[in-house]
Amino acid sequence: MGTNPLLKVDSIHAYYGNIHALHGISLHIDEGEIVTLIGSNGAGKTTIIRSISGIMHPREGSILLDGEPIHQVPAHALVSKGISQSPEGRRIFPRLTVLDNLEMGAFHRNDRPGIKADIEMVYGLFPRLKERTKQYAGTLSGGEQQMLAMGRALMARPRLLLLDEPSMGLAPVLVENIFEIIQRINKQGMTVLLVEQNALMALEVANRGYVLQSGRIVLADSAQNLIQNEMVRKVYLGEN
Amino acid sequence: MDLELQFFIGQIIVGLTIGSYLALIALGYTMVYGIVELINFAHGDLFAFGFFISLTIFTAINPPRPLDVVGLLTILPLIFVITMLLTGGLNTLIDRVAYKPLRNAPKLAPLLTAVGVSFALEAIYAIWVGANQVPYPNYFPRIDILRQWFGLDTAIQLTTKDLFLFGVTIPLMIGLNFFIERTKIGKAMRASAQDREAAAMMGINVNRIIATTFFIGGALAGAAGLVWGLYINSGRFLMGFEAGLMAFTSAVLGGIGNIRGAVLGAFIIGMIKSMSDFYFEPSWTRVMIFGILILLLVFRPSGILGSTQSIEKI
Repeated sequence: MGTNPLLKVDSIHAYYGNIHALHGISLHIDEGEIVTLIGSNGAGKTTIIRSISGIMHPREGSILLDGEPIHQVPAHALVSKGISQSPEGRRIFPRLTVLDNLEMGAFHRNDRPGIKADIEMVYGLFPRLKERTKQYAGTLSGGEQQMLAMGRALMARPRLLLLDEPSMGLAPVLVENIFEIIQRINKQGMTVLLVEQNALMALEVANRGYVLQSGRIVLADSAQNLIQNEMVRKVYLGEN
Repeated sequence: MDLELQFFIGQIIVGLTIGSYLALIALGYTMVYGIVELINFAHGDLFAFGFFISLTIFTAINPPRPLDVVGLLTILPLIFVITMLLTGGLNTLIDRVAYKPLRNAPKLAPLLTAVGVSFALEAIYAIWVGANQVPYPNYFPRIDILRQWFGLDTAIQLTTKDLFLFGVTIPLMIGLNFFIERTKIGKAMRASAQDREAAAMMGINVNRIIATTFFIGGALAGAAGLVWGLYINSGRFLMGFEAGLMAFTSAVLGGIGNIRGAVLGAFIIGMIKSMSDFYFEPSWTRVMIFGILILLLVFRPSGILGSTQSIEKI
């Protein structure tokens, strides 16, 4: 590893049809960090996540995981390379049980005892899920579904965890809870890329942040500095 | 026992036999629909393939007719396995060549392609086995159980062939249900059916899962073709069209995309066919079946057990 960051995104351009969504995005994530992407709707946050996780492939530029190019690797093959995610909108499997959802998160793994231990680990983080283990995931509340989406992503034992809008649509108490758990798993060594509309919360837990506007990074700094930044304050206060 | 009642019970047995082979075919329709939202109109022709290919293998081996105990325990299972592998393989190949390139095309494109594949297969069968009725020799021993084994004087016919048909189809249905409910690949199939992109995010190779689905659906249709051949002893190059139509109707009746719905629908259609053939006119049976289908679609479009939106979807 040495000097390589865990993830290096180098001037990627991504398109939806003819719409140029990302204009040369470059960023990096070091092992053990929480890095956050903030920006308004349509700024390109989710597009970056989708590019990193191989759901879409950038037309130009490169993405390196530990120095290895991954920007042409299909999504399913990236999970075993160490990238998993809790996607925007949760995307849990509504007609699978909570337990089966977690098992799907560990799809690429074959170490039964390890998977069992990780299910217990997830249930330790989210005791509510344990109570609902045999329930169809579609019957869970929004907050529980978010917990499941995060737990399912953890089941892959990723080296890099991508969290896309984990606080979306949740009651404030639950948001606090989710962010506290993000910090907790980070302290245990998990590297996290966090996309959030709730910029203040995100910057409070993150080490560094990137501010996105219309597919470009307009600011990159430590989370502390970004919180103090005039422009950032305006953006997340909605004065812009 | 009252003779009318004996006839009625006899027709119930007939309905169950029709239902059980239709169910194996209907499962293929519903599984494929569940995962790629395609009505695979060529699926009935895979049933016919199972019939013809197993007949070809039987003819090549040329075992005694009917098979003796050794043959029943060796040759028959062997031919089952080969038939299922070949039919499953053919279905996977069809998907690879005809449907996969159209995965992201508008839904109508693969649908029409499926109709085309069906015509192509039927034409190939016509060349392969001819346009006439094809006899399927009596390899499976037929014993009228109630009369010959129990010495009962009854009009109810329950033969060893009936038991054979149930003995093959029902374990296959139970096995499939177990596979889909309990195994990792089965769960990945359901996950892919519910959200393909999220499944890929979990590390599931969705293309491989789809190929597996086509394989299993084809293998079940192949098994149905083989048992039906041994049961009914006759077939024709167009037999897949007829059976496919009824199996497709069964799947829609039960709720397309729904595994248990397909089985339930098949047994209902089997019962309707059996009763209508006996109590009305065989020529009216289709009217009965499709009349009921139309009524159901008007009043409950998602089928009896609910379509892919339901909780029981594969």
